[in-house]
Amino acid sequence: MAMSASSSDQALLSVRNLRIEFPTRHGTLVAVDDISFDILPGEILGVVGESGAGKSLTGAAIIGLLEPPGRIARGEIFLEGRRIDKLPYEQLRRIRGRQIGAIFQDPLTSLNPLYSINRQLVETIQTHLPLNDREARARALALLDEVGIPSAAERIDHYPHQFSGGMRQRVVIALALCAEPRLIIADEPTTALDVSIQAQIISLLKGLCHEHGTAVMLVTHDMGVIAEAADRVAVMYSGRIAEIGPVQEVIRTAKHPYTHGLMGSIPLIGHHVDKLTQIDGAMPRLQEIPAGCPFNPRCEQATDRCRVERPNLQTAQKSQVACHLFDETGRTGVEARAGE
Amino acid sequence: MFAFIIRRLLQSVLVMLTVALIAFALFRFVGDPINNLVGQDTTLQDRQKLRETLGLNDSVVVQYWRYVVNTAKGDFGYSYMHRRPVKTMLLERMPATLELSIISILLALFIGVPMGVYTSLRRDGFLAKIFMSISLIGISLPTFLIGIMLILLFGVILRWLPTFGRGEVVALGTWTTGLLTVSGLKALIMPAITLALFQMTLIMRLVRSEMLEVLRTDYIKFARARGLSNRAVNFGHALKNTLVPVITITGLQLGSVIAFAIITESVFQWPGMGRMFIEAVADVDIPVMAAYLCLIALFFVVINLIVDLLYYAVDPRLRVDGGGSGGHG
Ligand SMILES: Nc1ncnc2c1ncn2[C@@H]1O[C@H](COP(=O)(O)OP(=O)(O)OP(=O)(O)O)[C@@H](O)[C@H]1O
Ligand code: SF4
Ligand SMILES: [Mg+2]
Repeated sequence: MAMSASSSDQALLSVRNLRIEFPTRHGTLVAVDDISFDILPGEILGVVGESGAGKSLTGAAIIGLLEPPGRIARGEIFLEGRRIDKLPYEQLRRIRGRQIGAIFQDPLTSLNPLYSINRQLVETIQTHLPLNDREARARALALLDEVGIPSAAERIDHYPHQFSGGMRQRVVIALALCAEPRLIIADEPTTALDVSIQAQIISLLKGLCHEHGTAVMLVTHDMGVIAEAADRVAVMYSGRIAEIGPVQEVIRTAKHPYTHGLMGSIPLIGHHVDKLTQIDGAMPRLQEIPAGCPFNPRCEQATDRCRVERPNLQTAQKSQVACHLFDETGRTGVEARAGE
Repeated sequence: MFAFIIRRLLQSVLVMLTVALIAFALFRFVGDPINNLVGQDTTLQDRQKLRETLGLNDSVVVQYWRYVVNTAKGDFGYSYMHRRPVKTMLLERMPATLELSIISILLALFIGVPMGVYTSLRRDGFLAKIFMSISLIGISLPTFLIGIMLILLFGVILRWLPTFGRGEVVALGTWTTGLLTVSGLKALIMPAITLALFQMTLIMRLVRSEMLEVLRTDYIKFARARGLSNRAVNFGHALKNTLVPVITITGLQLGSVIAFAIITESVFQWPGMGRMFIEAVADVDIPVMAAYLCLIALFFVVINLIVDLLYYAVDPRLRVDGGGSGGHG
């Protein structure tokens, strides 16, 4: 397939036909199956989906930190037009932190307990920027100020255990911003936090990225967070993208039956919901993904065709939807067979 | 910080008092001390007088206290067997044991830690698998067997190394060292390897499993996601966290190395405290046994204390919170 043509010119990040597999004794498990999406400069792309939908794996694949035996089996990833998924480890490492920052779910475990905040910031800054110790510390201090750590000058020499969860996540955000990356992959940055501070962290992240023009891939279970922060949203189901489009459109006029179910009740931000499922049943395990549309056992509108033919992403309004209900009538004549 | 040290010191004193009680009980319950001091033909009156002068007629508590005070001053009495101060005997034997034990533990550390790190980073590598197989041998073979096999190969068949003793020693004040002469170093090789092998495999396996554990943690993943080099992640972040438990175990192992040097010293006829203890047991030489017991306990307690302080220095979480107390680099 034509790759240069499919990586759109103005996109910051382009993921094309990404497929992630786990070879196991009982055959190969496909955890992410042929997904494509773009993130524009400065844009916040929300990624939602039930547990196991493949959100974290997609993020890990982008920064080249898939854990073996997981591997990218197919597809391409472009950063500012440059293909990065096949880069040697050392070159990709220089991109991590420098051009793509990361924020993980649990701030309590993201920081090394044995080193002071200062040390962890300075070491990250000096990995990517040619600053001496003094300059690096000054930058670290400025970053802590920026992420809203009160009396940062005092706190900078403290150790992680001396900070609360919310404060630690602020430090983690500062660490992700150390080298002014163009993109941040934030994997459930508020899930582990107290509900009362989730909103603060999200608005901090949103504000900072807005100021710095940083794009974010914001993975979350919380539709409230998406509604609050994201420009566009991708809904994932069984390792595929079910629907992707502008956040207002997806929320107001959800097209995919699965998205519809998700939007059944959007909780207010901060009101914690453990499960996104308002739909009967559960997402199939990787070994049991059915043929055709993976959602068909749970879909009320499923037809025979849904059980044999895999729906591809179709344009509908400003969104794209993978559902046969939205196929252009008569289709384009191409008999796209499911997953090949 | 101070409260912590004081508390640990008090605990240590308590441990030492208990050990002293056991040592003291040895005297009381293993035969009549007078019988061990005088000949068959001593009259009853003389015995009674001796009893009085030795304070054996005082109450148990008074005697125990006197024993504790004397022991604390390093006065362990006279050997029944050799009629010499136990203190002098111990001081003669201590350098041999300490040199052997410390060289062994250093050997175990400086080989065990790198091997553990290597096997955890190259989990599926050929060399890593060989290390793991060898470590199984080290863990399962008894010390004395390893010693005897080494003696057979390098001492008897190849004749490269001496099979017994300490070689030539040099006196540095009251300390005699075998580390400054060629024959002393040659004599040290086999006993040190014998004593180190078990600890080495233990440390290697401990480092490996701890390191694998640490490499799975979020902060290591996050360190990689920040773009830190492999070296910084593996050795700056992962190894330091691995070493926290390793310090503890190694410290405690040093105590048992000193204690279990007994076997190695017997196999190699190493003139250390361990062999002296074995001889004392054979001769029912209570003062020597009791002194050895107290001394080994003292080593354990002191090592424990040092380990605690090290632990405290390495792990900021143990330091008291707040008040900028975490501000030391
Ligand atoms: N090492 C592995 N071996 C086999 N399958 C794996 C492995 N790691 C992840 N998976 C599978 O890949 C799928 C996607 O995982 P991923 O972590 O991306 O889900 P997620 O969408 O982030 O879910 P969550 O919301 O729970 O974080 C899951 O079904 C998971 O079971
Ligand atoms: S393709 Fe068919 S089964 Fe899948 S969501 Fe659309 S209607 Fe339902
Ligand atoms: Mg996840």
